[in-house]
Amino acid sequence: MGMGGGWYSKRETGMQSSNGSVAFDEGALVERARAGDDSAFAELVGQYDRKVYRLARNITQNDEDAEDVLQDAFLKAYTHLDNFHGDSKFYTWIVRIAVNEALMKLRKRRGDKMVSLDEEIELGEEAVTREIAVWDGNPEQTYSQEELRVVLDEAIQSLKPTFRSVFQLRDVEELSTEETAEALGLSIPAVKSRLLRARLQLRERLTRQFKRKGDDAFAFL
Amino acid sequence: MTRLLSCKQFMTELNAYLDEETSPEERERLQRHINECPNCWVVVDTTQKTMRVYKGVEAQTVPQDVSDRLMAALQRKMAEKRGRC
Repeated sequence: MGMGGGWYSKRETGMQSSNGSVAFDEGALVERARAGDDSAFAELVGQYDRKVYRLARNITQNDEDAEDVLQDAFLKAYTHLDNFHGDSKFYTWIVRIAVNEALMKLRKRRGDKMVSLDEEIELGEEAVTREIAVWDGNPEQTYSQEELRVVLDEAIQSLKPTFRSVFQLRDVEELSTEETAEALGLSIPAVKSRLLRARLQLRERLTRQFKRKGDDAFAFL
Repeated sequence: MTRLLSCKQFMTELNAYLDEETSPEERERLQRHINECPNCWVVVDTTQKTMRVYKGVEAQTVPQDVSDRLMAALQRKMAEKRGRC
């Protein structure tokens, strides 16, 4: 079967909603894929490949590993589709698989000893709020998507893997605290404390980039 | 009368405030602190903007060659499965 013949097309399956946009019906696609319809699975891939790839790149910080993670995650999902019972969303399931694959890559690359997501996090005095300055307008309006992506990527890559993964799942992929905890094998309090640190560290870095010039004197604590 | 929060206490509740996971009473207490503390107001405002800007930026398209290799691998896997049926 050729790849360009409509077998793999992004965001095609859906129902027309009242406002004219096409609503993506994940449940229907999963049902069809489970019944053996490969084109339905390909559509699920088309729907989520960008997010899985972004997740993989952000966790592994390596293009080659990210590609492996992308492939392995979807191949595993395809192979084990019968084990997916629909008690969570397919998206949550594929994210969980991709996170496992990405963490394995990271461990392998770092000699199998560095990456522990459940290391103790000290919430010390330096509560990472040294940059107290308002932002100069909304970056979404002042920067192009491409420029913004570069700034955000640099900031997120400065985080430790444990903070990066939690922030990525909670605030970028919008998983719940419980789903994030399950995907990363962390306790709920551990997810919450890491998320706080991640948000504050990113806030700190982005404030350096986006602050209104001359506002440093605003900090008076 | 409830005691006013210190900034440090406020920071430990920041996530609960941002994620709206507080009781109405607790939220009011946190809100009162923000109204009276310019620094914490700035931290809340810029943290909310940080979260918003990450949520808002679209994931980059998967490079074509990466996408092609993914689909080729998937097609091989699908053919294998069909072969077994």
